[in-house]
Amino acid sequence: MKNKASVVIVGGGITGVAIAYELIKRGVKDIIVLEKNTLSSGATGRCGAGVRQQWGTEMNLKLSIGSVKRFETLQEELEYPHDIEFSQTGYFMPAYTEKQVEQFKKNITLQRKFGLHVEWLEPSDCRKVVPIIDLKGLMAATYYDKDGHLNPFHTTQAYAMACRRKGVDIELFTELIGIKTEHDSIKAAITSKGVIECDSIVNAAGGWSQIVGNMAGVSIPTYSERHQILITEPIEPLFRPMVMSFYHNFYTQQEPNGAIIMGIGDPNEPKEINVDSTYLFLQKMASVVTTVLPPLKHARVVRQWAGMYNMSPDKTPIIGKTQIKGFYLACGFSGHGFMISPMTSTLIAQMMTNEPLAIPEIETKLDLGRFERGELFVEPSVV
Amino acid sequence: MTNKDEVIVCRCADVKLSEIQELIKDGCTTLDEIKRLSRACMGQCQGKTCRNLIMQELSKAHSIPIEAIKPSRFRPPVVTISLGSLAEEDNHEK
Repeated sequence: MKNKASVVIVGGGITGVAIAYELIKRGVKDIIVLEKNTLSSGATGRCGAGVRQQWGTEMNLKLSIGSVKRFETLQEELEYPHDIEFSQTGYFMPAYTEKQVEQFKKNITLQRKFGLHVEWLEPSDCRKVVPIIDLKGLMAATYYDKDGHLNPFHTTQAYAMACRRKGVDIELFTELIGIKTEHDSIKAAITSKGVIECDSIVNAAGGWSQIVGNMAGVSIPTYSERHQILITEPIEPLFRPMVMSFYHNFYTQQEPNGAIIMGIGDPNEPKEINVDSTYLFLQKMASVVTTVLPPLKHARVVRQWAGMYNMSPDKTPIIGKTQIKGFYLACGFSGHGFMISPMTSTLIAQMMTNEPLAIPEIETKLDLGRFERGELFVEPSVV
Repeated sequence: MTNKDEVIVCRCADVKLSEIQELIKDGCTTLDEIKRLSRACMGQCQGKTCRNLIMQELSKAHSIPIEAIKPSRFRPPVVTISLGSLAEEDNHEK
């Protein structure tokens, strides 16, 4: 391992490798990515793999629309020899309360202003999009056919291979154990395999972002929260879009190979680093999903696992600089890091190379300082 | 002689030996990486056959003893179970 670098990126998930790619594309040299395990072994490789653009705020619309645009051509851009499996099969978002109906109406007005042709579905239209949905209690739904999903392992690998070809060092099984600062500037990254002198460190450590922050003396109000997920064996095609219900707090989608992936939030989940699986999750998930999509009762669960959301106090990412010169944050994605990684990485790279930002308002809206200023970012459409 | 390109290592996800060897060539040194990129070990049988075969390939390619290769995690449930049965049990408990 080299003992000098210009930039050290902490975390070999999608965000970390995408930032490395955007930096080297802009001519930054001597970049090292540190990953304590294997690529996409954290949240990236454990996520539900969906990418949606149906958001309720201008900021999230800009982040997601820009990211989907990049995903559409990413495989060619990265010259990846395999398939990143990007497909736009849509997101279907049902509403079950008056309040949700009102919110979705507001969202769709904003989404259409941004050029997204999101459809408003009355209950009688819903089965045209999701033939197996039970209509009980369903009041309306929104559907956008350009939302979709892609393979997190291959997308990360695609960025990583492009990075390595261009000269980025990706150090696997190498853990960051400390950060050296001097006069409020980054001086070195201390790793399990030696010290790397550097000018900048990017915290893209996902579930461990708060620990990496502390190493630099920067207190980040993020915490980790386990989210469990399961997959069934492949069965005949039953529905195409991601079905995401804020009311039931679950999402599910049938993958291209026929397997059905699904996850459900647990409001009592403690704030801790934990990726264990529980039987209780299987029961709760099965009970809810077979009520909303009854034919799924025949699907057989093959495996279950868990990953960590890195939550921020307002469930919105922290992207930006800190009081330590050279210490940048790309964390607190609250369950949406994978889907906006192309824009996150572009913004961080623009910030580090003093280019104009694609979304200039992130400097005052997504920065760490917003929590101290009491300017929380409110997104109405999060699970 | 067998055509090596056609040898299937994982019968659940139809993963060929040649695909495993290509991933090793691309830099994979662990079973976890190969599992996640190829979907081997993630099908109905959960790697009962392919896990050992892939570990053998890793052992050969990197000249390390097979016992030094970390197996991937065994995930629950051990055998498949229908969502219907799980839901029934949940309703019963309520």
